Amino acid sequence: MLRLLAWRLLLIPPTVLGVVTILFLIFKAVPGDEATMVAGATATQAEIDVVRHQLGLDRPLLVQYASHVAGLLHGDLGYSSTFRGNPLPHILERAPATLLLTVSAIALTVLIGIPGGILAASFQHRWPDLAVSGGVVALLAVPNFWLGMMLIALLSVRLGWLPSLGLTGPASLLMPTLALAARLIALVARLMRGMVIEERHKDYVRTAYAKGLTVGRIMYRHVLRNALIPIVTVVGLQTGYLLGGSVVVERLFDWPGVGDLLLTAVGLRDYTLVQGITVLFVIGFLLINLVVEALYRLINPRLR
Amino acid sequence: MSATVARSARPARRRGVFLLLGAALLAMFLFVALFGGAIAPYDPNAQDLLVLLDPPSATHWFGTDEIGRDIAARVIVGTRITLTIALTSVALAGVAGVALGLVAGYVHGAIDRVIMLCLDLLMTVPSLVLAIAVVAAIGANAVGLVTAITISFVPPLARLVRARVLELCDLDYVEAARAVGMRPKRILLRHILPNAESVIVIELSLMAGEAVLVGSALGFLGLGVQPPAPEWGAMLGASRQFLEVAPHVAVVPGLAVSLLVLAFNLFGDGLRDWLDPTATT
Repeated sequence: MLRLLAWRLLLIPPTVLGVVTILFLIFKAVPGDEATMVAGATATQAEIDVVRHQLGLDRPLLVQYASHVAGLLHGDLGYSSTFRGNPLPHILERAPATLLLTVSAIALTVLIGIPGGILAASFQHRWPDLAVSGGVVALLAVPNFWLGMMLIALLSVRLGWLPSLGLTGPASLLMPTLALAARLIALVARLMRGMVIEERHKDYVRTAYAKGLTVGRIMYRHVLRNALIPIVTVVGLQTGYLLGGSVVVERLFDWPGVGDLLLTAVGLRDYTLVQGITVLFVIGFLLINLVVEALYRLINPRLR
Repeated sequence: MSATVARSARPARRRGVFLLLGAALLAMFLFVALFGGAIAPYDPNAQDLLVLLDPPSATHWFGTDEIGRDIAARVIVGTRITLTIALTSVALAGVAGVALGLVAGYVHGAIDRVIMLCLDLLMTVPSLVLAIAVVAAIGANAVGLVTAITISFVPPLARLVRARVLELCDLDYVEAARAVGMRPKRILLRHILPNAESVIVIELSLMAGEAVLVGSALGFLGLGVQPPAPEWGAMLGASRQFLEVAPHVAVVPGLAVSLLVLAFNLFGDGLRDWLDPTATT
């Protein structure tokens, strides 16, 4: 297993290089002159030429690409007009807030989704099941940012219980996490419900009942362990959604994370920053998937 | 205890209901998209400065926005924008994804590997981040939006189609078709594609719901259709700063997005249960 994970880890750099290349080509194809944008609206042609030379934009495309990649290897993302230099430290400074948001979203998913699914399965076709299943259908249709807005309107504006903006303490984490996790909670609850309904008539569960185990112990020790494998798969598949969704949720809640910075960069047409953050999201995506893969192999003895 | 416990947790008789409900909702949205201009009680861009941020009332059913425009009229007229963007991008992604998937699945070797490598690289970028990067490059307008959604939908669809093609290529009837000397193009279009159709149609209808979500999210961020066009996401983006004083402005556009996504989801899930009863959830 370790060899496989090491192999997957080794595959990350070439994958990132591939994404870097695609992004480089996309943004080189963008109409509009980078030097003119960096120099500013009032610059003369001579000033623009100086900037063009300073940024190395007058070199052949292949040379620019080579120095771009060489820069990345040294942790230099290029010239960001927002930060007047290498934006990497500024991006990394915001990474913890995004990490906190996504990790707590996963935690909340496990905390609500799994018991929700078990509850629904235990009362199949009765009202707790209908409530959970209805909630699942609704949560999968609701846009996360709108859910966040309704939470703000209710919990901060109407009731005044929670702060609506920024990262100011544990309470401020609640609404952004809920908005981001809603879709995952729904997916996990639906999966868990299906798993429990499918598993509970199997022989091993009947044996466990016959041994006189309590329902809670059967669920936790036996059924949940079998259900964990597809759940880890689903959470892994939704990594992309979590990272992408964090961008929207961060903007709504004024969350000081990387996604919010990405939107600022788009607004300022700072393509260096846009590319840098996108690459960072890709690295995050690959690392999370590596962890999921490791977990998956850990809990699935057939793959050990 | 019966050994044949239903694999789907949903009783069979309810499946058809979901499909019909989804279809009925979609028909309603289609009707509103086509005739929205005639149904809308007001001109969606007419400002009435005497009723700024008014709550719902008899004259303005869903209230008015920050410059006195009727929210009901804007949501109704905006249906066409949202539906057009979602259906266009899903159609484009459908054509490109199916074509790439068919070719990659049928032609083994270098072409397959290059196509899959590019698609896998694109799939490592979270789809919304990819969409934002594409909009940043192309521009925040309807064309950029459709391109962004299309690009982020092609890789998963092409992967799905490829997997189905690989599955079908192993079957005897495809081998027989090849043995009688049929050309690859004919085998793909006449023999493989029809058998992959149900998988594709289900995926596309679920993707349409996803496209509505992505489109409205980008609109909300100011990266989609620009105001004053009554696009639902853009309306929600504008309502954000009035959430403290007039939360009603945000309610109806959000409900409209949710209902349309729900319609596509019900339709797609219902279609899956109907066309492919062996599939689990």
